[in-house]
Amino acid sequence: MESLSTLPIPKDIPLPLPVESYNLQISIIFLFLLHILFVNLMVGGSLFVVVLEWMGIQKPAYDRLARRIAETITVNKSLAVVLGVGPLLVINVLYTIHFYTANALTGVAWLMVVPVVAIAFLLGYAHKYTWDRLAHQKGLHIAIGAGAALLFLIVPLIFLANINLMLFPSRWTQVGGWVSALAIPNVIPRYLHFLLGSVAVAGLFFAGYFTVREFPEDQIDQLLDRPKVRQMFYSIALAATAANFLAGPLLLFTLPAEGLSWKLAGIISCGVVLAFIVILILWKEIIVPQQTSATRFYWMAALLTGTVVLMATGRHVYRESAISQHRLAMAGETLAYTSMVGIANWRISQGLEMEEGGGARSPGEKVFDNVCAVCHALDKRLVGPPLTEIAQTYPNDVAGIIKWVKNPGRKRADYPQMPAITLTESQHQAVAQYILDLVSGKGQEEEKEGE
Amino acid sequence: MDLPVFHLDFLGNRFLIAMIAVLHVIINHAMAVGAIPLIALMEWWGKKTGERRWDDLAYQILTVCFVITTTFGALTGVGIWFSTSLVNPYAIGSMIRVFFWAWFAEWIIFVSEVVLILLYYLLWKRWQGEWKRYHIALGGVLALTSWLTMAIIVAILGYMMDVGNWTHEKSIATAILNPIYLPQLAFRTPLAMMTAGFFSLFLTYFFTRKEDPFQSAAARWISLWSLGWAPLCLAGGIWYWKAVPDSMVGNLAVALGTQAFEGRYNVILDILLVSFLLALVTLLWSAVKPSRMPRFVLIIPFAVAIVSLGYFERVREFIRKPYVISGYMYANGIRVDDYPLLNQNGVLPYALYADAKEVTEENHLQAGKEVFLIACTRCHTTNGVNGILARLETMYGSDRWDRDTVLMYLKGMHNVRPYMPPFPGNNAELGALVDYLFSLRAYPAPIKGAQTADGSSIRAEKTYDDNTRG
Ligand code: HEC
Ligand code: HEC
Repeated sequence: MESLSTLPIPKDIPLPLPVESYNLQISIIFLFLLHILFVNLMVGGSLFVVVLEWMGIQKPAYDRLARRIAETITVNKSLAVVLGVGPLLVINVLYTIHFYTANALTGVAWLMVVPVVAIAFLLGYAHKYTWDRLAHQKGLHIAIGAGAALLFLIVPLIFLANINLMLFPSRWTQVGGWVSALAIPNVIPRYLHFLLGSVAVAGLFFAGYFTVREFPEDQIDQLLDRPKVRQMFYSIALAATAANFLAGPLLLFTLPAEGLSWKLAGIISCGVVLAFIVILILWKEIIVPQQTSATRFYWMAALLTGTVVLMATGRHVYRESAISQHRLAMAGETLAYTSMVGIANWRISQGLEMEEGGGARSPGEKVFDNVCAVCHALDKRLVGPPLTEIAQTYPNDVAGIIKWVKNPGRKRADYPQMPAITLTESQHQAVAQYILDLVSGKGQEEEKEGE
Repeated sequence: MDLPVFHLDFLGNRFLIAMIAVLHVIINHAMAVGAIPLIALMEWWGKKTGERRWDDLAYQILTVCFVITTTFGALTGVGIWFSTSLVNPYAIGSMIRVFFWAWFAEWIIFVSEVVLILLYYLLWKRWQGEWKRYHIALGGVLALTSWLTMAIIVAILGYMMDVGNWTHEKSIATAILNPIYLPQLAFRTPLAMMTAGFFSLFLTYFFTRKEDPFQSAAARWISLWSLGWAPLCLAGGIWYWKAVPDSMVGNLAVALGTQAFEGRYNVILDILLVSFLLALVTLLWSAVKPSRMPRFVLIIPFAVAIVSLGYFERVREFIRKPYVISGYMYANGIRVDDYPLLNQNGVLPYALYADAKEVTEENHLQAGKEVFLIACTRCHTTNGVNGILARLETMYGSDRWDRDTVLMYLKGMHNVRPYMPPFPGNNAELGALVDYLFSLRAYPAPIKGAQTADGSSIRAEKTYDDNTRG
C-alpha cells in the first residue's frame, strides 16, 4: 500500500453510525446478492432474448422461446432496481465518504444511470408489447430488444467503476470522469467476470424455469421440446462458468495489491471448488439428458449460490482490508478537526473572540455596519445612494427614513430595488438617527472609508 | 470540503435536483399515491354495478400508470438520491445516518409496493370471477403502501425544513416528529388524490368515445372524486402554510428580511389560489355537463396540478434556505458549528482537494476560485442559471464595480439576503474571492467540476492566472 502520507485523508461525517458496523457488513453481503441475482437474470435474460429472437427468423420455435423469456424481464428488471436501493443505502452509511468521492469523480456517468435505465425499461416494454404488431418487421423489433440489452450492458459498468474507484484513494487525485475511472486495471476483468456470471446464472435459471413451468397450450415446438431447451441452457451455463475459470484469475491478478490477503485467497478458493462441482454436474446433465433429475438441478442451484456467496464475501473482505488503514487515518483526522471546532465554539461562548471593530459601537452603528453598509456609504454610490443624498432627501426626518426602510418604493430608475428590512422599532429608530448624525458630522470621529 | 466538488456550471446544481425532484413528485402523486386508490375504487365500482367498462377503463388507466411509474417514476426516485448525493453530499450523508431506520423501512415498503404493483397489474386479467374480490383487496393494500412510502419521505423533507428539537436531542423520533411533518402530510395526501383525478379524467377522454354515454358517466364519477378531496386539500394547504413561516422566522437568527419572503409568498399564493379555482371550475363543469366538455379544456386542471406541484416543491426548497438542514447545516454543506473555526482560519486549510492552502500574492486567483467552489457553487454558476456575474451586474451595473463595495456586500450578504449563508472563510479568503470574481468578469471562463477530465477534484488549470492577465 502506498504510504498514507501521500493519500488524500478526508474527514468523516461527524455523526455516529446508526448501526454497528459489523451488522452493516453482514447485511450488505446478503442484500447485495439479492440485488445481483435479479440483475443477472435481467442482463442475461435480455441477451438471450436478442439472440434467440434472431435465431427465430430461421426457426419460429426460438422466437416463441425468446418471447417467454422477455415476459420474465418485466418482473426481474423491476426487482433488480428496487432491490438495489437497500444495498445502496448500506453503502451510503458504511462507506459514506469513499463512495461519495467516487460518485463525484464520475458524476455525469453516475447521473446517466437514471435516464439510461428508464429508457432501457421503456424499450423493454415496447419490445414486449409490440411482438405481434411488428411480426413482419422483425429487424426493427430485434433492434428494439437489442437497444434495451445494450443499455443494460452499460449500466453495470458505471456502477462497477464507482464501487471500484472508491477503494483506491491513491487514484482519487488522478481520476476525472467515468472513462478515466475505467482505466484502473481491474475494472474490465471485473466486468467480464460479472457478465459471464450473469449468463451462467440466467442459463441455469431458465433451464429450471422451462422444466418446472407448464405451458399447456403451446408446447414450444416438437423441434424444441423441453429436454432440448433445458440442455441448451445447461450448455450455456456450463460454457459461461468454464470461461469464468479464465476471467476469475485474470481479475485476481489485476487487483491492486491493497487488499490482498490469505483470508481472501481461502474464501475465493472455496468458491472455486464449489463452481467446479457445478461444472461436473452440468456436464453429466448435458451428455446424458435422458437421466435428468430435478434434485440435481436444485443441487446445482444451491452450489452456485454457495459460490456466489463466497465470492461476494471475498469481495467484501478485500474491500474492508483495502481501506482499513485509510479509514483509521480518517478517524484520526475527524477527531482532530471536531476538537478544533469544539474549541473555536467554546471561545465564542466565553466571549473570547472580540467582535470585529471592537465592542464600543452604538446600536445604530451596529445595525448600519451589519445591514445598511452593505449597500450605502457616506458620500459615494454603492448599490444604493450615498448617505449625503439620503440626508438631503430626509433632513432631520427620522420617521421618513424609517417609513422608507420598512417599505421601500421604487425611485431611481438606474438603481436596483432596495429590499424591505425588518428590524425592531428601536433599531429602526437608532439606525435612522445614526445616518443623520453621521452626515451632519456628529459621528465624525467614527467615520470610516468613503473619502 | 472533504470531497471533490461536483459542479455543473451551466445548468446549475440546484436546477438539476429540482428538475428530477419535480418530475418524481408529479409521477408519484398523480400516478401512484393518488391513482391507485382511484383505480381500485373504480374496479370495485365496476364489480358492484356489473358494468364491464368500469373495469376496462380502470385497467387502461392502470396500464399507463404502470408503465410510467415502473420506469421514470422508480428511476427519478433513485435519481433524487443520486443527484442530491452529488450536489449536497454532506447533507444527504448526515441525513442517512440520522434517518437510517426510516430509510430502511421506506425501502422495505418500496419493495412491497413494487411487488404489489407487479401482481396487481399482471394478474388483473387472470384474477376474474371469484378471485375479483381478492384482486380489489390487493389494490387496496397497494394503495396503502404507496401512501406509506410518501408518508415516510415527507418526514424527511419536513426535517430538512425544520429540525424541531433535533439539534438538542439527536434521536430519530425527535427528527421525525418535526413541526412541519403532519401539516405537510395533511396537505400532500389530498393533493395527490386530486391530481390523480385530473390525470385520470384526462386519460378517460382518450380511452372512451365521445358518442358513448359511458364517457359522461366516467367523467362525472372521476370529477366527483377530485371535488370530494378539494376541501381537504384546501384545509391541509392552510394548515401547512401556517406551519411554515413561523418555524422559519424562529430559525433565522436575525429576524431580517422576512419581508423579502412575504413578497414571494403572496405572489405564489395568488397564483395557486387562482389556479385552484380554475381547476375547480373545470371539475364542476365536467361533473355537471361532461358531454359539453371539449377535450382540450381538461389540459387545464392537469396543467394546474403539474405547475402547482412544481411550485410547491420550489417553495419548499427555497424557504429552507440558507440551510440545507435547518439550523444544523447551511446549503453550502458547512455546519453551523464549523463557522467559528473556518471564519478564523479560513476554509482552504481544511479543503482536502484545494491546491491553495493559504491565500498568497501568487495564488490569490486560484484560491478565490476554490473558495467560490466551496462557498457559492451549490447555488450559483459563473454564467449559467443564477450566474454570479449576472447577479453582480444587476447590483453594480457595468461601471460601478468596486473592490471594496463588493467585499463589503459579501461580508454582510446573509444579513441582507437571508436565503444566503454567511461567508464561511476568513478575510483573506474573502479578498481572494472578490479578486477572483473580478478576474472572472474580465475573462468569464466556466468552472469545471471534479467529474470532468481536467477538473478532477478541484485542482484547477494551472494556466488560469496567465489567461486572465493576458
Ligand atoms: C441590498 C442593498 C441595500 C441595503 C442592504 C439597504 N439599502 Fe437603502 N437603498 C438601496 C437602493 C438600491 C436604494 C435606491 C432605491 C431607489 O431609489 O429605488 C436605496 C435607498 C435608500 C434610501 C433613500 C430613499 C429615498 O427616498 O431616496 C434610504 C433612506 C435608505 N436606502 C436607507 C437604508 C437603510 C437605513 C438601510 C439599513 C437598514 C438600507 N437602506 C439598506 C439599497 C439598499
Ligand atoms: C443557499 C444558496 C446560495 C448560496 C450558498 C449563495 N447564494 Fe448568492 N444568491 C442565492 C439566491 C437564491 C440569490 C437570489 C437569486 C435571485 O434573485 O433570483 C442570490 C443572489 C446573490 C447575489 C445578488 C444579490 C442581490 O442583492 O441581488 C450575489 C452578489 C450573490 N448571491 C453572491 C454570492 C456569493 C459570492 C456566494 C458565495 C460566497 C453566494 N452568493 C452563495 C443563493 C445562494
